[in-house]
Amino acid sequence: MAKKLLLEKAHVEGIRYFDVYRREGGYASVEKALKMEPAAIVEEVKKSGLRGRGGAGFPSGMKWSFLAKPEGVPRYLVCNADESEPGTFKDRYLMEFIPHLLIEGLIVSSFALGSNRTYIYIRGEYAWIVAILEQAIAEAKQNGFLGKNILGTGFDCEIYVQRGAGAYICGEETALIESLEGKRGNPRIKPPFPAVKGLWDCPTVVNNVETLAAVVPIINMGGEEYAKIGVGRSTGTKLISACGNINKPGVYEIDMTISVEEFIYSDEYCGGIPNGKRLKACIPGGSSVPILPANLLLTTAKGETRYMNYESLADGGFTTGSMMGSGGFIVLDEDQCVVKHTLTLARFYRHESCGQCSPCREGTGWMEKILMKLENGKGEMSDIDLLWDIQRKIEGNTICPLGDAAAWPVAAAIRHFRDEFEWHVNNPEVCTTQNYGLAHYADPIHVPA
Amino acid sequence: MAEVKTVKVTIDNITVEVPQGTSILQAARMIGGDVVPPAMCYYSKLEGSGGKCRTCLVEVSKGSEADPRPMPKLVASCRTGVMDGMEVRNITSDRVKDARNGVVEFLLLNHPLDCPICDQAGECHLQDLGYEHGKEATRYEFKRRTFEKHDLGPYIQLHMTRCILCYRCVYTADQLTEKRVHGVLSRGDYAEIATYIEKSLDNNFIGNVIDVCPVGALTDKTFRFKNRVWFTKPVTAHRDCSSCCGKVTLWQRGEEVLRVTARKDQWGEVEEWICNVCRFDKKKTSDWTIEGPSHVSRHSVISQGHYEHLVQPKETFTAVHDGRHPQLLMDIHSVSEVNDKTAKTKS
Repeated sequence: MAKKLLLEKAHVEGIRYFDVYRREGGYASVEKALKMEPAAIVEEVKKSGLRGRGGAGFPSGMKWSFLAKPEGVPRYLVCNADESEPGTFKDRYLMEFIPHLLIEGLIVSSFALGSNRTYIYIRGEYAWIVAILEQAIAEAKQNGFLGKNILGTGFDCEIYVQRGAGAYICGEETALIESLEGKRGNPRIKPPFPAVKGLWDCPTVVNNVETLAAVVPIINMGGEEYAKIGVGRSTGTKLISACGNINKPGVYEIDMTISVEEFIYSDEYCGGIPNGKRLKACIPGGSSVPILPANLLLTTAKGETRYMNYESLADGGFTTGSMMGSGGFIVLDEDQCVVKHTLTLARFYRHESCGQCSPCREGTGWMEKILMKLENGKGEMSDIDLLWDIQRKIEGNTICPLGDAAAWPVAAAIRHFRDEFEWHVNNPEVCTTQNYGLAHYADPIHVPA
Repeated sequence: MAEVKTVKVTIDNITVEVPQGTSILQAARMIGGDVVPPAMCYYSKLEGSGGKCRTCLVEVSKGSEADPRPMPKLVASCRTGVMDGMEVRNITSDRVKDARNGVVEFLLLNHPLDCPICDQAGECHLQDLGYEHGKEATRYEFKRRTFEKHDLGPYIQLHMTRCILCYRCVYTADQLTEKRVHGVLSRGDYAEIATYIEKSLDNNFIGNVIDVCPVGALTDKTFRFKNRVWFTKPVTAHRDCSSCCGKVTLWQRGEEVLRVTARKDQWGEVEEWICNVCRFDKKKTSDWTIEGPSHVSRHSVISQGHYEHLVQPKETFTAVHDGRHPQLLMDIHSVSEVNDKTAKTKS
C-alpha cells in the first residue's frame, strides 16, 4: 500500500467535522507554521519540490517566491477550486470528504504569503460543497484557527468561499480573478502576471486545491522528507481521478513511482478493464492533454515502462508522450470510438470558449462541425488535414492556455488514430453502426535500434 | 519633466529608438510602412483594448539585450512592451505570416461577407485585412452564424452577424460614458455585443462606437444605405460645440452632407471624440466651417476621384514653352481645314 498523505484520514468517520479532524492530528501544521518565519515556510515548500496540481505542474515554491511584496499593498491567496476539466474530480473528493485539510493548508499558505483575505473560488456546480466548506471555515474560526489574532500570533486571516457561475474558463487563473472581481470571466493578457498584479490589482497567488492541501504534510514532515517521496522532480503524492472503462473508478492517491500498467490493472487502483475488454487508449491527465494509444501509454517510444509521474508521462513530448495534467485519468476500451470521443471533447471546448480571442472562438466551433461530419460518415479525406491545420492555427495563438487545451486533444487523436479517422471516411455506412475496434493500437511498438 | 528612458528595438531589421514602455505595435507604427502589424481590436485611445483579435501577432526572436532568449510563442504586439535590444520579426517571419493567415480565416469564418450591402465597405478594416492577408476562397462549408439586427437607440444599429468581437465599442462605452450600459453577453461563438436589458444607448458620446467599430457591425442609422462611402467626399470641418471639440470630417456628395464622423488618423483611429449632436444633427453645410478636403490614403478606395492634393503649377505655360503662347493645333470650329494641307496653325 502506497503511502497516503492527503487522503489517509479521509475515511475516518466524522472527519468532516473539526473535533474529529483535530483529534486525528489536524491543524498541527498551523501550530507549527505560525511559529516559523513566512519566508521559511516558502523555503520548505521550495525544498519539497511540490509542483502545481492544477495541470501545468509549475513548481509551487517558485510561484510563491515570485509574489511581489510592495509596501502597504495587500496580497491575496486564491484557491482555485473551479475544477471543470472533464475527467477530473479529485478536488471535489478532497473538499467533500476532508474539507479541513484544505482549510488547514490555506491558513498555512496565507501565513506564508501574507494574505489576510483568502478566497476559495469554487465551481458553481459544486453547490453542496460550498456548505461543507462554509461549515469547516466556521468551525475553524470558532476554535481560533481563523479570524483575528490566530493562536495569539497576531496574524489575521479570513477565508471566503465564492461560487463561480459554471464556466470552465474561470479555472484559468486570470479569468478566475476577473470573475472573483465580479466581472465577465475573460482571461487577462499576461504580463502582468497575477503575482504582480492580480486580484484588485494586488499581488496574488492562485493555487489549486490539491496543491494547497499538500502544504499541510510538507510543513508536518518537512520539505526534505516530502521530497523523498516520489521520484525525480515528481515529489510527493498525487491524486488521480480515474474514470472510463475501468472496474474501480474513483480518486486514488499515488506516490508517482508506480507504472501506468500497475495503476490500470492492479486491484489496489483501477482494477483492470471490465468485461474482459482490452485497453485501447487513455487520456492520462484530464481531457485537454493528448490522448495516447495503449502501446504508447504503457511504454514510452523508447520501449521503457511508463510511470505515473510528470516526467515519464511527458516522455517523448507531444509526438509520443502526453502530460500529467490535472490527474484526470480517462480510460477507453476497445469498444470506444476515438472520433466520437474527440467530437465530445471538441463540443465541450466549443461550448466553454470564452469568445474573447478569435482563433479559439471560431476555431473550436469549426473543429466540432468537422468532427460531427466525420463521425456521421459524411466526412472527406481532406477534412482530416483541415482539422490538423485548424488545431495548428489555434495552438499557441490565443491569450490563455485553453486555446491549446482545445487544440491538443484533436491533434493527438489525429496523430495517433489517423487510420480510425480514415476508416470513418472510407466506410461511411458502417462507421455509424460499428466501431473501428482495437486495431493495432495495443500492438507492441517498434523500438528503433 | 523627467527624462524618459529610451530603448532600441529592431523590427524586421529596422532599428528604432522608442520611449520605454512603448508597445511593439506602437514602435512599428513609428517606423511605418509594411512592418506595421495590422490591428483589428487594439485602439490606442482606449485603455485596456487589444490582445483579442490576434492579427498583430509577431515573433520575438530576441527578448532583450539582458535576456536574449526568443519568446517561445508568438506575442500580441499591441500588448507587449519593447525591451532594450529586442528583435522582432513581423513580415520577415513565416510563422507570423502563417498565423496571421489563420487568424484572418478565423475572423472571416462566420462573417457574412455582405460587403455589397454593407455601409462599412470601402472603409472596413476587415476588408483591408482580407485583401492583404486572406485567401481567395474559404474552407468553411457550414452555415454561418447569424444574429437578429438590433437598434441601439435612435441612431445606431447593431448588426451582430458582422461583428468580430473586438470589444472596442465596449471599452468606448465604458470609458467615454458615465454608465456602463454596453457589454458582451454569452460566450464562445455565441458571444454577442448587447446592452443592459435592451436599453437604448442614449449617452451624448455614444455615437463614437460607430467610429471605433472596425467592421460594419455598428452603423449610423442616419447614413444607412444613403450612399457608398467612395462616392462621398470627405471634407475637414469644424464648428463651435459646447460639449465636444467640434472637429469632424463631413462626408459630402455635392453640397449635401450625408454623414459626419470624427477625424481619423492614418491608423484609422479617431483623433478626438465628437458628440452626438455634431454627428447626427448637424447635417447642413451651413452648420460647419469647411477647412478643406481631408486626406485619404492613396490605397483607399475612397481616394478615387478625390483630388485633395491638387497643386497648381507655379510656372506658367508660356514660361515652360520658351515664350510661346499656348495655341490650338487647329481651329476646331473649322473642321474642314483638317484636310487642308496649306492650313497653318494660328498664332
